[in-house]
Amino acid sequence: MNRSATMLNDQPSRFGLGRALVVGFSLVLLIVVYQLMRKIMIGARWDSYDTWTVVTAALAAMACALPGVFLVLRRQSMMGDALAHTTLPGIVVAFLIAHWLEQSGWISSATYDSWRHAAMFIGALLIGVLSAVLTEWVQKLGRVEASAALGVVFTTLFAIGLLLIRLKADQVHIDPDCVLYGIIETTVMDTVPNTNIPRAAVVNGLVLLANSLLVVVFFKELRISAFDSAISTTMGINANVMHYALMAVTAATLVSAFESVGSILVIAMLIAPAATAHLLTDRLDYLIGISLAVAACSAFLGHLMAITLPSVIFTPLGYPEVVDTNTAGMMAVAAGCLFVTAALFGPRYGVVSKLLDQARLTRSIVAEDVLGLLYRLEEESGVGSLAINQLTAMIGTTTWPTYLALRGLAASGDVTVRGSVYELTDSGREKAKHLVRAHRLWESYMAKHFDLPADHLHESAALVEHFLGADLREELAAELDDTAEDPHGREIPPEKA
Amino acid sequence: MIRSVLTQPSRSKIENEHPASAPLSIHDMTVAYHRKPVIWDIDYTAPIGKLVAIVGPNGAGKSTLINAVLDLVPKASGEVRVFGEEYHKQRNRVGYVPQRESVDWDFPVNALNVVAMGLYRKIGWCLPVLRRHRQTAMEALDRVGMADYAKRQISQLSGGQQQRVFLARALVQDADLYLMDEPFAGVDASTERAIVDILRELRERGKTTLVVHHDLQTVTEYFDHVLLLNMRLVATGPTSEVFTRENLRKTYGGKLALLDQVGHKMTMGESGR
Repeated sequence: MNRSATMLNDQPSRFGLGRALVVGFSLVLLIVVYQLMRKIMIGARWDSYDTWTVVTAALAAMACALPGVFLVLRRQSMMGDALAHTTLPGIVVAFLIAHWLEQSGWISSATYDSWRHAAMFIGALLIGVLSAVLTEWVQKLGRVEASAALGVVFTTLFAIGLLLIRLKADQVHIDPDCVLYGIIETTVMDTVPNTNIPRAAVVNGLVLLANSLLVVVFFKELRISAFDSAISTTMGINANVMHYALMAVTAATLVSAFESVGSILVIAMLIAPAATAHLLTDRLDYLIGISLAVAACSAFLGHLMAITLPSVIFTPLGYPEVVDTNTAGMMAVAAGCLFVTAALFGPRYGVVSKLLDQARLTRSIVAEDVLGLLYRLEEESGVGSLAINQLTAMIGTTTWPTYLALRGLAASGDVTVRGSVYELTDSGREKAKHLVRAHRLWESYMAKHFDLPADHLHESAALVEHFLGADLREELAAELDDTAEDPHGREIPPEKA
Repeated sequence: MIRSVLTQPSRSKIENEHPASAPLSIHDMTVAYHRKPVIWDIDYTAPIGKLVAIVGPNGAGKSTLINAVLDLVPKASGEVRVFGEEYHKQRNRVGYVPQRESVDWDFPVNALNVVAMGLYRKIGWCLPVLRRHRQTAMEALDRVGMADYAKRQISQLSGGQQQRVFLARALVQDADLYLMDEPFAGVDASTERAIVDILRELRERGKTTLVVHHDLQTVTEYFDHVLLLNMRLVATGPTSEVFTRENLRKTYGGKLALLDQVGHKMTMGESGR
């Protein structure tokens, strides 16, 4: 595609103007979005409570996004989902041990309160590693694929966790609903004494800080072990150990985020930001940065949607009493929306940019076909002039691509319009010569190496001609001993006049 | 060393089995997956400063041999010495080029990042890749003719270019023993020439290189030594002596049916009585 483009567009590119337009457009868009947001936030009576909700959720989401990046890159996204479930027995056992220590007088009830969280954390770390080890065992013993092993391990451990809660309900005050669906609206109320900073914001902030430090310090090791486990291990960075460490960190992040935002949101935040970022960049450091931004944006947009969307939707339907909805759920929705946006508009992998590339390629191929047609006509009858409908019919395309191609060719001075017919200019003739040369060289090449009747050559050459740049033409010519005639006995135009 | 002498008293000349100067010496190594031996009782000592082709049919255990030397898969029995010591003590002196299919090419790294990975061990844990490391990596990319592609995301390289990146990564390790798993698989003609040039350059600098190779046509042209493998070591030595019709027939002429049968029994845990 590059080759065909360089064959035609030798004029200075208009990339500078295009870039300026994009920047200007984004600035206008930003201002519009900002004004809209302000209106919406004022309309929804945004207050410090909303701000803290978003801050807490954003911190939790960002903390999750960091290990999530490496889960996604290792193609172990399901492991996050599984860990979200397996941590339950870890938490319960940790609580039970802490409780038992307090009962038997090892620790005072004051320390019990502060220890509870540390115990939960350690329980999660252990269960993270245990889940990874168990999954591997099941995989080996059961001779099943990793996802099947995961399915067995996480349902079993989750069930054990639920059983433990039922059995020991009188000793531990854990509400499974709270662990799974943690309610961010209420956790924000639980603030650090004498401030209005929610305790959950502090916890999630610390976890985010710890995860960021780990990523910065072990960036190299995380990268190599995720990319190429064999090389990593031979270089003394044991990929298995890194795997277990990642599982442990993921589990610890999960439990700290559970309490405040609930498991549904946590699972979404583990995978969605990294998956979104993967569509937007090919650099690991950018990918991590974009994941964090997507996580924070999802938290903000999600809460905004939760307090505004329901009334927008339900008031016209006659239910004015519906004013807001579950924030965590909406954050997951927002993350999903951001992913879809990236999938549609991503610069390289986006659906839209792929369509644009396709259109650009079509246009340049049609343009080259126009040049080739006019050249051949000149060659046969001395003059080459065709109207747009004749060109369209002979190329076998529709009017639009021909129109666009002709406009481009006229702009670059390769064709001129006389009345309603188009003719080659000198520069157009030069380009056409290369194209026809490519076509006939390819026909000769095919005829030399394939045992084919002469009428089979044209179609293949018509396809290939657009992709034969100067270097390949040279190679072909050398291979054919600079033959001057194609298999149909027509002259192969020389590379230079 | 002492332990091996004790456990194998019949092998009194242990130094001869594992000469300290040999880049690689394998002594009676058997490797099994799920108890089923894949390669049996390999005895091999690699010559210094030679290019060695590891040749054998599919399923002969060529990759397994390399992976076992590198401790990537456990050995059922036997020993491996690299320059007279256990592999994990000599990591710095061994470079490895895995099969191209073994990694995810959509991973967000560019060619230069991948080559710089070869320096991670030298850089050390937790320390960042610095400008001079990138410089070294860039030089290696240049040596394999890939300097223009340093900033390309690796999925946008052709198969041959990807293989060159892998080779450059091994080069920056500046090892003394190289193990390469099918570097010629699916590469274009110019990459093949580039790889051969690099291999010869390594040989001139006194390095030993073991290459899993599939193309029997080129073995004599490219390699000094061969190691013919089909679940067991069929023959090894200079190409001119060992790469014979007779030996190839032994290597490719069907596996030893009995080895397979015994292996199957061992997997099933059947005692045979």
